[in-house]
Parts: sequence; C-alpha cells; structure tokens
Amino acid sequence: MTAAAYAVQFVNGLASASSLFLVAAGLTLIFGVTRVVNFAHGSFFMLGAYAAWSIGDALAGIPGAGAGGFVLAVAGATLAAAVLGALVEVTLLKRLYAAPELLQLTATFAVVLIVRDATLAAWGAEDRLGPRVPGLDEGVALGTRSIAEYDLFLIVVGLLVLAGLTLLVRRTRFGVLVRAAAENRAMVAALGVDQAKLYTAVFALGAGLAGMAGALQLPREPANLGMDLAVVAEAFVVTVVGGLGSIPGAFVAAMVIGLVKALCIALGTVDVAGVAIAFPKLTLVAEFVVMAIVLAIRPQGFFGATLTLPASTPLPEQRALVVDPGRREAWVAAAIVAAFVALPLLSDEYARILATDIAIATLFAASLRLLLGPAGLTSFGHAAYFGVGAYAAALAFKQGAPMGAALVAAPLAALVAAIAFGWFCVRLSGVYLAMLTLAFAQITWSIVFQWDAVTGGSNGLIGLWPPESLADRTRYSWFAVAIVAVAMFALSRIAASPFGRALRGARDSAARAESIGLDVRRLQWTAFALAGAFAGLAGGLYAFSKGSISPETLAIPRSVDGLVMVLLGGLNATFGPVIGASLFTWGQDALSRATDFWRAGLGVAILAIVLAVPHGLGGVLASAIVRRRGR
Amino acid sequence: MKPPSPAVAAMPVLVVEGLERAFGGVRAVDGVSFTVASGERVALIGPNGAGKTTCFNLIDGQLTPDEGRVTIGGTDVTARPTRERARRGVGRTFQVAASFASMTVRENVALAIAAHEGATASPVGAGLGAYDARADALLARVGAAELAGEHAAILAYGDLKRVELALALAGEPRLLLMDEPTAGMAPRERGAMMDVVSALVRERSIALLFTEHDMDVVFAHADRIVVLDRGRILARGAPDAIRADRRVQEAYLGTDDDTPTDR
Repeated sequence: MTAAAYAVQFVNGLASASSLFLVAAGLTLIFGVTRVVNFAHGSFFMLGAYAAWSIGDALAGIPGAGAGGFVLAVAGATLAAAVLGALVEVTLLKRLYAAPELLQLTATFAVVLIVRDATLAAWGAEDRLGPRVPGLDEGVALGTRSIAEYDLFLIVVGLLVLAGLTLLVRRTRFGVLVRAAAENRAMVAALGVDQAKLYTAVFALGAGLAGMAGALQLPREPANLGMDLAVVAEAFVVTVVGGLGSIPGAFVAAMVIGLVKALCIALGTVDVAGVAIAFPKLTLVAEFVVMAIVLAIRPQGFFGATLTLPASTPLPEQRALVVDPGRREAWVAAAIVAAFVALPLLSDEYARILATDIAIATLFAASLRLLLGPAGLTSFGHAAYFGVGAYAAALAFKQGAPMGAALVAAPLAALVAAIAFGWFCVRLSGVYLAMLTLAFAQITWSIVFQWDAVTGGSNGLIGLWPPESLADRTRYSWFAVAIVAVAMFALSRIAASPFGRALRGARDSAARAESIGLDVRRLQWTAFALAGAFAGLAGGLYAFSKGSISPETLAIPRSVDGLVMVLLGGLNATFGPVIGASLFTWGQDALSRATDFWRAGLGVAILAIVLAVPHGLGGVLASAIVRRRGR
Repeated sequence: MKPPSPAVAAMPVLVVEGLERAFGGVRAVDGVSFTVASGERVALIGPNGAGKTTCFNLIDGQLTPDEGRVTIGGTDVTARPTRERARRGVGRTFQVAASFASMTVRENVALAIAAHEGATASPVGAGLGAYDARADALLARVGAAELAGEHAAILAYGDLKRVELALALAGEPRLLLMDEPTAGMAPRERGAMMDVVSALVRERSIALLFTEHDMDVVFAHADRIVVLDRGRILARGAPDAIRADRRVQEAYLGTDDDTPTDR
C-alpha cells in the first residue's frame, strides 16, 4: 500500500473520529454532571440524521438553497435533538438521578426502543441518504488518490467543537457550574444554583451535540434504524477510554480509536506466522479491544478524575433479608414443572414453542440473576455467554457432534469466555463494570458478525435440528424443560451454598468480607464464570429449539431482555426468573403479534417497571407473602 | 523512643515500624512505630484527622504503606492482602459498622466462622446451618444472644457494634482492631461493651488495639495509650502518664468544652 493510500485512510479515520467525538462529548458531559450513563444518546444521533434529511429534503425544492440548506439542516437537527433531550430529561431522568445505575441504564434503553419505533413510524424502514454538500463534495488530490473535502471539513468541525466546549467549560459561568457539579453535586445545590435547570441545560446541550453529529454524518452514511445502538456502543467506548466526564479525554480517545480502525483497514490482510489475518474485518473488534485494555490497565480512562472506583449503588432489594427456599418452594417448583409438561399437551403448536421459549428464557434470566443478585455485579452484556453457548453448540453440531455433545460444548465454551472476560470485569464496579460487560458482549458480537467463514456472519448458522427422537416440538419442549429444571435446581443450590452465602456477603460489604478472610474478587470471578456457563447452556438449548441462530443471539437487546426479566421477577423472589421470563416472553410475543411497534410497547413497559415497581413483580409478590405470614 | 515494657518485648503480636502513608500531598501517617503484646490493650487516640483510621487500614491491609513494615505474629505482612491477615488472626471492627445486610445476625456470624475455617468455597454443599450453634454461642458471649434472629440491615447502631465484635471474634483473632468500638452507643452501653472486650482480651490473650473518642472509656480500659497528632506519635505511655502529659493536653485534651467528636 502506498503512502498516499495510508494518508487517505488516516484522514478518513480522523473524520470518523471527529464525528464520534461529537457524540461522545455530549455523553461524557451529561455523565459528568448528572452521573447518568445515557443509553439513549445514540437515539439523538439517529434522530439528528433523520431530521437533517427531512429538512434537506424540504429545502431541496428551493433553488439556490445549496450550502445554506445544509447549514439549516444541521442547525435544525441540532435544535430538534436538544429539545427532545430536554424533554426526556424533564419527564424521565429527573426521576432516576438517585436510582441505582442498573435502573438508569435500563430506563434509558427503554427510550432507545421508543425512539426507534417513533422513527420507524415517522420515516419508514428504508434508509434515507442525504445529498452531498455543495462546495464540499469533491476530493483533494493526493498522488493517485484523493481525500474527500467533506472528511477534512468534519475534522475541522470536531476541532471547533472541542475548542468551543473547552471555552464554555473553562470561561463561562455555565462552565463553572458544570465543573462544580461534576466535582460535588451537594455543593452546587448548597450554592443556591437551580440544579434542575442546570441538569436540563446540560442534557439538552449533550443531546444537541449528538443530533448535530447525526446531521453531519448524513452525507457519509444514510440515516437508518440501526444507527442508534451502533453509535452509542462506540460512544460508550470513547467516553470510558477517555475517562467518564472528560471532554479532552473523549477527544483523545476518539482519535486513538479512529486511527486504530483506520490502521486496521490500511493494513489489509497480513500474513502473521503463516496465518492470514484480515485486519479490515477487525475494525468492529478493535475499539472494544482498546477499551478492554485501557480499563484493565487504567480503569478511570485517559483523563478520568478518580482513582477509586465508585461502588455500585445497590438496588433496594440487595439489602432485603434473603430466605433460602425450603419445602414449600420445592412443591411450588414441582407444580411449575408439571405445568410446563402439561402445557404442550393441552394446547396448540404456538403454545409448545412458547413453553420452550419461556423455559430457555427462565434459565437465561436465572443465570443473570446470579450476577445481579447474590454477586451484585451489574452486567449489561450477559447475552455474550448465551450467544457463545448457542454458537458453540451449533459449530460442534456442524462438525458432526451429536446434539448431546453439542449441549455439553455450549456451557463449556461460555464458561471459558466468562472466565476470560470475568477476570477483567470483577476488577471494576458500578457503571464501569456495566460498560465493560457491554464492551465484551460487543466484541463477541463483532467477531460473530464479521467472521463469515466460521459463524456465517450476519446470516448465521442454519439446519440445527434435534435428532429424530426429539424432533417433535412437544418432546423437545419436555427435553428443554427437564434440562432447565435441573439447571434451576443447581442455581438455587449454588445461591444457598456456602459459596453463595459468601458471595452475598462480599456483595453486602466487601470490606467486612475481606476482613473475615474472604477473597471477594475470586468469589465474584467464580460467580461470573458460573453465570456464564448456565447462560451458555440456555444458548445451546435455544439453538436447537430454533433450528438456526444469528448474531442477534448475542446482541445488546438480548442482554437488556435478560435484565428486564430479572427486574420483572425481582432479585430475591425464589421464582423470580420464571415469573419474569414468562411475563416477558409472553408479553413480547403478544405485543409483536398485535403491532409493528412492539418495541415502543416494550419500552413503555420497561419504564413502567423501573418507575413504578423497581422491586419487580416477584419482589412485590414476595413482600406480600411475607406480610401475610406476619414476619 | 522509650524502652518497651517487658511484656511487649516478650510477646509482640503486632509490630508496626516506621509506617508512612500520604494521600495527595497530605501525610496522613508519618513515621509511626509501636507494638501491641498479647493480652495487652492499647488505645490509639488523637484529634480528628490524626491518622488513626489510616493506621488501622494500614495494619489490616486495606491500604499499603508508602514506607514501613507491619509484622503480625512474627510474619511480615506489609504487602499481604486483608483476607490473608484475617487468616493470620487479625479481627477488625469498623468505624462505620459493616455487616452483611441481606442476612440475619446469626447468618452473619455463621458466615464469619465458616470463612475462618475455609468452608466457603463449595458451590454445591448444604448451607451454613451447621455453624448456627457456634454463632449463637459467640453472640451470647458478646451479650447479643437476643439479636440472633434479627435482620442485620435494621439493627440499632449499638446492637450492630456488638454484632461486629462477634464477627471479629469468629476468626479467633490474636490481634483485635477496634475502630471506635463504642461510637453511637449510649454511655451505659459503652461501659458494658468495653467490659466484655476487656474480659475477652484477658481470657483469650488477645492483643487489642482500639481508637476511641470517649476519654473515660480510654482511661478505664487501656493498658497503654499511643497519642497521634497530624500523623505522628505525640506521646505514648500508661494512662496516668498520658493524662499528665502537657503536650497531649495542649494538642488534644486541653479544652474540655471542645471535646473531640467524630463525624
């Protein structure tokens, strides 16, 4: 590759980095002041792109609009995103500032779902490509190659925004308040500053920056419905690597990651020790690898302020008295299993599939609950282990292994992945932990998505059918229910075991646990590995129940599904996972049959849970029972 | 330095030598050396910010010193983690009492006993019910038998302090570190608590190091006193000598109407 070609990739990488910086700067600003990690930040980016398209489209009819039209489109999109951001802050986030980060992340994810469907309703499903910008639509010749003018323009915009934000934060009264709020929120309140207005303003500014980035991205990439999660995942990486709350950090991190990705593309396929490595296929993986490395070495990121990790804000349920299941619960469990066995016999094909789906979802939720409950580890990437299990089973099956062996491979592969990722994860806590689990899930997703030769890429793997004896849906349902029942029994034994008790002790008070001689990290690591293995088993069962799998199996929404099921069922209720999985699976299914906009419905339901019953339905049920028993 | 007392020379359970630790530019602990012998009760006192809690955290391993050495039972543990010191016989209570909130008091103590015996690794074994009887006995010993079935998260603060003592004792400590054992207790409770502690120290030949703001408690229950001021040792000696020490009076005890209290 020539020097000119490298230079082209270099500039392209910087242009992408610049755009990413705009998104990340808003995210990090919001986090710095409000301490909320806003999952919906990518949604403002997406809306910005669509809004810019619409404005541009409307102005296209006016002759001579030209570059002025582009400016108007960007300004309008920025404003629209800022207004929407302020609206979301006032109506939703204000209620969540004191809530545990798990609830904040879940609630802002609900906003992602709602915005996604609102966008679908307003603009339809097809991609919307914006026009090139007059005056910036040519290339600057460089040897035999050319550098897009628009890329250079984006780099300039990034630098201008960096300078503008730096001035704003350092030189204005607003900036003083932002810095003060980042350091000590109580103090700002004591100073008589209207904190509520400050938060709304910061949120609007951040959302506006995201909207602007979306509008500026339009000439490079069509507006589409997948932009939100793709960009927010990247923005998470940039803010974490740069240091949560640091604007210069976001800039440096965006540049580093942009360059690493450009380097991957520029390198092309390289022979390393006889193995051909296709670097361009590693672009998705690269940024998350950078993040994992940075977090492992310097958890606070490049410019992060604090050395000490903030502890997780505990969910109220984590302080509730846990009563281990006894005889009564064993009878209820037997009744539930009997119901699952009877269900396929009493009803139609649809119920048979639903019963299998619920059983598998129950195991997935229960494995995640081991992390959220006894271990107190906020995971936002549990789908990774479900997916690794599913793919391991599928690949083993494709290699000629019988289904039984494939179902052994599933938890084992997930166990290995969880041991590897868990080693990094248990070194962090709170928001950092949530983001690192998410990053590992995205790494896994990226590998599956881009490694066509092995995983089938976006098409996935098909033809995963159980052997003759279990081919019948009713039989496979029974088979799945039997395995899930055994696994659930094992999980409940683990929670009540000496290890489980010690794990809960480590969660309740790490300092006290260490001072009685417990190894907190090892306990958490073991829990992470076990939870991964059980999720992997669920993934294996899933692969054979569907007959095919795709990267969706380990995408972000599945991780969030698991979280919602756990929250729905409650952390401590003995039958929380089965309650949560049943309601969620059935509800989602019913919703998706009833309307094309089931995501929005799901989002609204999530918000209702987070705001109205953060203890989960299972928790409500459990405390009602406790009250009735008069304990 | 004053020559150590014969008891200390014979049997120092804890030896702290030249301990230093800075936070940013502040030298929280600055060249602190002392020993505690088995059966001996040593009070570490000083005004707020004198470095008492930092000293505790350096001794139990929550912090690593910039300089200096911590030796427990003849073994240098300066670089060892808290849990390993716990296994070597260090028990601790915290300034802000810490218990396992999702458990009953009995389960708290049972877990501490199980942890001490290395019985917490099994993810398949039966629960910790086998330790209940011993947990109850330990709770009775600290005068908290009636709390056994209570939910730890909702205990009154004074009760929590007694539960903490039971948790610290579960590891059969040779060295007991108590950071403000009677903070938050009613005056009468304080005396009772320290009587229990003193009796345990005698019975089990425990080396006790404690901090305390209530001077009545300190003078009634300490065999020796080490006075810290801005990270350095200002004075050390028997309670009577400390009470008479002019520098201590000036730095700390002098103004009666300004009795130091902790956050």
